[in-house]
Amino acid sequence: MKIKRPFPCLIDRKRTPRQIFLAKRRNDKITTVLLQIGLLLAFIGLWELAASLDWIDSFITSCPSRIFKTLSTIDAADLFKHIAYTLVECIIGFIAASTLGIVIAVLLWRFAKLRRVLEPYIVVLNALPKIALGPIIIIWVGAGAQAIVVMTVLICIIVTVISVLNGFMSVDEGKILLLRSMGASKLQILTKLIIPANVPALVNMLKINVGLAWVGTIMGEYLVSTAGLGYLIIYGSQVFKMDLVMASTVVLCILATIMYLAVAGVERLTKKRYHIDA
Amino acid sequence: MALLDIDHVDLIYQTEKSETEAVRDLTFTVDEGEFIALVGPSGCGKTTLLSMIAGLLPPTNGAVKIDGEPVVASSGSVGYMLQRDNLFEWRTIESNVMLGLSVQKKLTDESKNYALGMLDKYGLGEFRNSYPTELSGGMRQRAALIRTLAFKPRMLLLDEPFSAVDFQTRMTVCDDVHSIIKSEHKTALLVTHDISEAVSMADRIVVLTKRPATVKTIFDIDITAPSPLRRRENPRFSEWFDRVWKEVSL
Repeated sequence: MKIKRPFPCLIDRKRTPRQIFLAKRRNDKITTVLLQIGLLLAFIGLWELAASLDWIDSFITSCPSRIFKTLSTIDAADLFKHIAYTLVECIIGFIAASTLGIVIAVLLWRFAKLRRVLEPYIVVLNALPKIALGPIIIIWVGAGAQAIVVMTVLICIIVTVISVLNGFMSVDEGKILLLRSMGASKLQILTKLIIPANVPALVNMLKINVGLAWVGTIMGEYLVSTAGLGYLIIYGSQVFKMDLVMASTVVLCILATIMYLAVAGVERLTKKRYHIDA
Repeated sequence: MALLDIDHVDLIYQTEKSETEAVRDLTFTVDEGEFIALVGPSGCGKTTLLSMIAGLLPPTNGAVKIDGEPVVASSGSVGYMLQRDNLFEWRTIESNVMLGLSVQKKLTDESKNYALGMLDKYGLGEFRNSYPTELSGGMRQRAALIRTLAFKPRMLLLDEPFSAVDFQTRMTVCDDVHSIIKSEHKTALLVTHDISEAVSMADRIVVLTKRPATVKTIFDIDITAPSPLRRRENPRFSEWFDRVWKEVSL
């Protein structure tokens, strides 16, 4: 609700309880943001200070100024090439895993027999640390970007299938009964009820997958790669260039946050569209 | 010919643990325009019976016929109203009301106008672009009824549609639903465990026995009153209430 502001000359010095409440809320928000920024600055400052006073060995731990220097002296085209590699692998893996996961979940929802038959396999695949499949993947699809994408897909897809299927199966029985009594086909139940009812769950799944896709991509790049941020980190550690390792990590951190925020934006839009509170 | 003809219906459930006889040799008919209430001890298979009438569950023996034809769910001849309104939260009231029409691929200008006309007629016209969460419980139940009426089913099945509405609104919602059904000349079968609700709304009350359900008695309620609320005020209301109540609990 918008509060009508009176003309400045008419402002009563005494504030209403509503104004006091709103002012408190605003102050609370401001102090939270300030503390968040302060915490970051303090961390950076302390790190820099500790390094410059030789409390820590900046050869091992690096320090903010050296990270900054590395980032500013690194060949921009080269850095972008690495960023592009990682980003493309991550996005392809993310999209492929999410779509494929949803398609599989739809099939498992539709065919109860298939669901019952595959259940133990899904449980095992879920329990298995997917990274263990790394060597197999490399031998099967070759050591390159394709192996990284496959690794990303594997890490995301099982969780996607399980969580999406779970959402599909927990749709209100009453609503299904209602549609069935209207003579709806399975496909109509899917498109008119199951999918729309699960939009929030699907978006939430995307949010989880963004994180998992980064895990898969970087893991994949650790195993096989000649380019990418994961490669830079591994390369940096092997030649003991901690500045490079830290700088790549910082870039990775920024990219992952941007991608997460993008999905969070999509979430806000769907919430508006689907009239979901909170 | 009766609109609904339930003819010597048996239903036997099979589960892993056991075989349950839910309905045994059940027979009754419902005429066009009648309002029938179905009462009986809890767990006697009333909802199961509605599922059979909706064509969602085939009877083991016997037949359920509407207009002389065995029922199938896909025919859209039956409108089912459940305990909760089951409005789809992501659809506007208008789009909720069109649900049955779109499922049955009957969305034409004519059918749309009919549905919208009903929203207007029953006081929901200004809420057509609202979402279900923005409506009160009573209004939601009315919207659910209009959604059911929109595709012009031959008969309405009401499965305790008032039990999820809070007590104070229940009476008004009963009145609402009853007057809409009567003014649209619809045939309705109400399942309820609330005997006063049954006596206040129905033309006839079918009392079922406990499981396996079969018809115990059929009462013709002869209180003439314009609405359920008025009926409750009639001196003969409590007399009927007692008779039905005794019949159910005996």
